[in-house]
Amino acid sequence: MNWRRTAAIGRKEFIQVRRDSRSLLIAVLLPLIQILMLGYGARLDADHIPVYVFDQEGSQDSQALLKRFQASRYFDVIQVVDNYPAITRAIDADRCKLGLVIPWDFSERLNDAHRTAVQALIDGTDDNSAQLAEGYAQAVVEGYSNDVQLKWFAIHGMSQQAVAPLAVDYRTWFNEELESKNFIIPGAIALVMALMGALLSSLTIAREWERGTMEQLIATPATAMEIMTGKLVPYLVIGLFDAALCTVFAVGWFNTPFRGSVTALFVTTVMFLIVILGIGYMISVATKSQLGASQYALLVTLLPTSLLSGFAFPIDQMPGPIRAITYVVYSRYYVTALKAIFLAGAGTRDLIPEISAMAVYAVVIGFFATRAFRKSL
Amino acid sequence: MTQAMVQVDGLIRRYAGRAVIENLSFAVQPGEILGLVGPDGAGKTTTLRILAGVLPADSGGARVAAQDVLHDPEAVKSVISYMPQHFGLYEDLTVDENIRFYAELFEVAAAAREQRARELLAACGMTPFRRRLAGQLSGGMKRKLGLVCALIHSPQVLLLDEPTTGVDPVSRRELWGILYSLVFGGVTVLISTAYFDEAERCHRLLLLHRGRQLFWGTPAELKGMLPGAVLSIASTDPERLRAALAGADGLLSAMAMGDALHVVVNEPARRIPELRTRLEAAHLAFDGITTVAATVEDVFAYMVSREPDQRGRRP
Repeated sequence: MNWRRTAAIGRKEFIQVRRDSRSLLIAVLLPLIQILMLGYGARLDADHIPVYVFDQEGSQDSQALLKRFQASRYFDVIQVVDNYPAITRAIDADRCKLGLVIPWDFSERLNDAHRTAVQALIDGTDDNSAQLAEGYAQAVVEGYSNDVQLKWFAIHGMSQQAVAPLAVDYRTWFNEELESKNFIIPGAIALVMALMGALLSSLTIAREWERGTMEQLIATPATAMEIMTGKLVPYLVIGLFDAALCTVFAVGWFNTPFRGSVTALFVTTVMFLIVILGIGYMISVATKSQLGASQYALLVTLLPTSLLSGFAFPIDQMPGPIRAITYVVYSRYYVTALKAIFLAGAGTRDLIPEISAMAVYAVVIGFFATRAFRKSL
Repeated sequence: MTQAMVQVDGLIRRYAGRAVIENLSFAVQPGEILGLVGPDGAGKTTTLRILAGVLPADSGGARVAAQDVLHDPEAVKSVISYMPQHFGLYEDLTVDENIRFYAELFEVAAAAREQRARELLAACGMTPFRRRLAGQLSGGMKRKLGLVCALIHSPQVLLLDEPTTGVDPVSRRELWGILYSLVFGGVTVLISTAYFDEAERCHRLLLLHRGRQLFWGTPAELKGMLPGAVLSIASTDPERLRAALAGADGLLSAMAMGDALHVVVNEPARRIPELRTRLEAAHLAFDGITTVAATVEDVFAYMVSREPDQRGRRP
């Protein structure tokens, strides 16, 4: 391989990206837009859930429970109504997500040591937030219930120590505040790499065919290997730049923790880019058309990366067969690595399984990519 | 005899079951301009592509600059240069960037590149446009830039596919001027053209028609093959004259050329009065019949008329 020729092709490719507004957009603006949109838009946690309340009793006890809802950062009691249909209407009209109905005998039953219940009506249109709302509501009610119990025991002369219920003291690691943005943003870097890398590399060979420059290029002594390397290295550099940009944005703007090693981030990103660029390049060689190539490339890179990599949808919650498929989705290893690097403070040593899996992919894809292009019309 | 720079023996290339070029055999000596002449679909582009090593052949032999291009197409690429018919340079790169790109691919040293680029650009009248994007050049200037890029590494053999098609007369003259100075310096040139007047400028011609080799030799030799003389009958409607003269005695071929009908006849002294009588009998207007010097186009038309047609019949 001749480095001078390779460098010449790389320089040419770089100039072309710089002068092509579409490529420039993909290379610089798209990653920024994507990370901003995912950081702001794709929030999986629910807070300030709007609540309507129908308090049939209006006692001190029922008000105490409502205060707890009010105090929770997950809920906003926005309206107190005096009939049941008002709550159903509010849910239908999407004015609230949770309707709370406190029965007329609430405090009476409580003080008689009877079991009592409040009714929660939850808008289940979005099952994820419905589950979250249910969970949070239960937690609020349980907290209140425990206090009531303790008070009851105290009144009846039992020591608080003796009867204190067993409590689990949770401590969440790596994402202490359980914020979904911390879960989403590291994985979003994989999405940015897949989108940017696949789009740019899928255009590279197809562009030469479409613009009629390929015939002249294959009439030069440049080898297929030099053409491939020269064409892809600029995108590898752009990809690394984008990864750095996204990381800076994630940490500086979204306050995502970055606890792991930069080396590990570099190594995994390089390997992921080799796979993505190799795939885009092979598709570009095969289709010879820029539009067709970019569509195929998105299909085989962005789609599995967004759906099957564990980026937003946890792999261990997927059904068995789908979970099995994720093992061949190369992006899963990168996403796992990214989350471990950002949140769990992983270094290269902790990521040996992921790095090994990605190395296998990089070698296999690299091997086929070098053989994909033939210097012939 | 010196070793030929290009040697082609029985070259065949098929496409979709049909021969695109059939059994071509010719040679080009160092410092010679060979013109590949023929209408569209004659096989000119295919021939040049095979010799440039960008298209494989089905059988036959082809050696260029002492390299076997069919078995090792890459070996020849550093010493030859091929300019495709369609502009193959990067429109989003400037003139200088294109030149530099090709110079680097052929490993031309920076100093040599600069000197050669300056000479070539000056010869083309393109010196003021070095920083202009190639896409913003006129058609003729694009061609000339293509030629500059093709020549930046001082190739031994230059393969040009219709470099003058769609080029203005001034640029065409400049292009030929550059070619002559190259040949003077020992470069071998293969140039395809659909313009017969350009064929006269070549040292040797390869006449192609539907992939078949009609003739290979000098323009003088070609004209010597005509078994008669060319008559020009001036008329505003040469096609009607042609129809009226079909089957006339001693008429070997007829072809409309602008405002005249060119006919090839075996004995001009005897045939001129006969043709005149025939045209007058048909009440067709014409402005006299004169004997003219045969052009390459006349001979080509004559040869094509002798060719079996697509169904294999002879006329």
